[in-house]
Amino acid sequence: MYQWHFDIVWSYRWLFLNGTAITVGLTISVVFLGLLVGLVAGIAQLSHSAAARWSSWLYIEMFRLTPLLVLLLWVYYALPIMTGIKLDALTSAVMTLTLYGGSFYAEIIRAGIVSIDRGQSEAGLALGMPPGSVMRRIVLPQAIKRMIPPLMNQSIIQFKNTSLVSVLAVPDLLYQGQLVAMETYRALEVYTMIAIIYFIVLLPLTVVVKRAENHLAQSN
Amino acid sequence: MTPKIEISGLRKSFGALTVLRDINLHVEPGQVVALIGPSGSGKSTLLRCINLLVMPNSGHIRVGSDSFSFGPGSKPPAVMQQARFRSSTGMVFQHFNLFPHMTVLQNVMEGPVSVKKMPKAQAVSLAQALLAKVGLSDKVNVFPTTLSGGQKQRVSIARSLAMEPEVMLFDEATSALDPELVGEVLGVIRKLAAEGMTMIIVTHEISFAREVADRVLFMRDGLIVEQGPAREVIGNPKEEATKVFLSHFHTRG
Repeated sequence: MYQWHFDIVWSYRWLFLNGTAITVGLTISVVFLGLLVGLVAGIAQLSHSAAARWSSWLYIEMFRLTPLLVLLLWVYYALPIMTGIKLDALTSAVMTLTLYGGSFYAEIIRAGIVSIDRGQSEAGLALGMPPGSVMRRIVLPQAIKRMIPPLMNQSIIQFKNTSLVSVLAVPDLLYQGQLVAMETYRALEVYTMIAIIYFIVLLPLTVVVKRAENHLAQSN
Repeated sequence: MTPKIEISGLRKSFGALTVLRDINLHVEPGQVVALIGPSGSGKSTLLRCINLLVMPNSGHIRVGSDSFSFGPGSKPPAVMQQARFRSSTGMVFQHFNLFPHMTVLQNVMEGPVSVKKMPKAQAVSLAQALLAKVGLSDKVNVFPTTLSGGQKQRVSIARSLAMEPEVMLFDEATSALDPELVGEVLGVIRKLAAEGMTMIIVTHEISFAREVADRVLFMRDGLIVEQGPAREVIGNPKEEATKVFLSHFHTRG
């Protein structure tokens, strides 16, 4: 029978806390940057310009259809050799996660925009609003409401995705845990703790998503 | 008198489907023209061409002092030019298309505030006056979802009027309404006619067309088949197609 020793985890609490802070900070940055990228790429998908449509399509599918772990390794190890630009681990991680998340956000944003009845834009145009104002004042405010639950779901996935940056030695929660596990030979306690921390941080968020979904269902 | 609206040689096809063949039409200032005809005859497309929601393939359109030519050799109007032109042609849609994320008052204020950059306070009093005009003073602060179809359509008329358009275009404004709600919308349109608003009305309300319209145009297969004073076209149609179409309505008087 295995003897659990969670007291070891407690003695490394500052390292876990530090790792959690980095994971949360990393998630906040890549969610924010990813939303900006996703908004641009999502709107580009609906552009009149074929060049904008094609380039955004290429970007979205390239990142959507490649495993994140492969992308992280590729940007960190292969990109410098191809281009001569060497990025540090954190920059590579933020860039890759941003573009990866952005490709999923872009699809959610595009779908949200096209889900708004065409009559809404027509009514805006008929008032004499230029297409940009129609998008900003009529379509987006309605579309964003519908996008919020899937965007939040995607962000929860993104939070968990950040654990992959540990392969680049970015000191996130998982990486710090790996250090502790190596030092103490208490891998079972450490990984149990890591799983619990991820769970505890995300639980309140899922409650918020559920509420948002219910609220949306009612307002429709 | 110069006509308010002048359309000549207007053609439009969607791919292989020709919707408007050769439309020529003029509307005098203050005149009310009713467009009638079977579905698929091109009435709505014609109306949507007049405010450029649909770009014609060829022909000329003039509304007031703005005129546009379409077809080989002429450049279609730029985006900002289209927007400016549409701001002076009011359009009322079959399905209202009210903005659900805004209150009734905000719906009516939206055009003046965002297009004309009218100060908020002035837009509020304009919107309130227009909502009073369509009989909805008590609904100013509610959201459109809580309104009946007839009330929604009256808000949408107020929303168009807020831009002080030179002409009003009604695209089957009562077709989506329960029969008992049609009257309140027609009442508002009747009031606008009495005030001298130039209007083109696509409608299936034949008796309303006879009562309010100065002229009736009967369309079929993308052509204006017959036109004339409302009483003549509806009461004593000359073309066979018009007679057949109108015979479906006789039971409704």
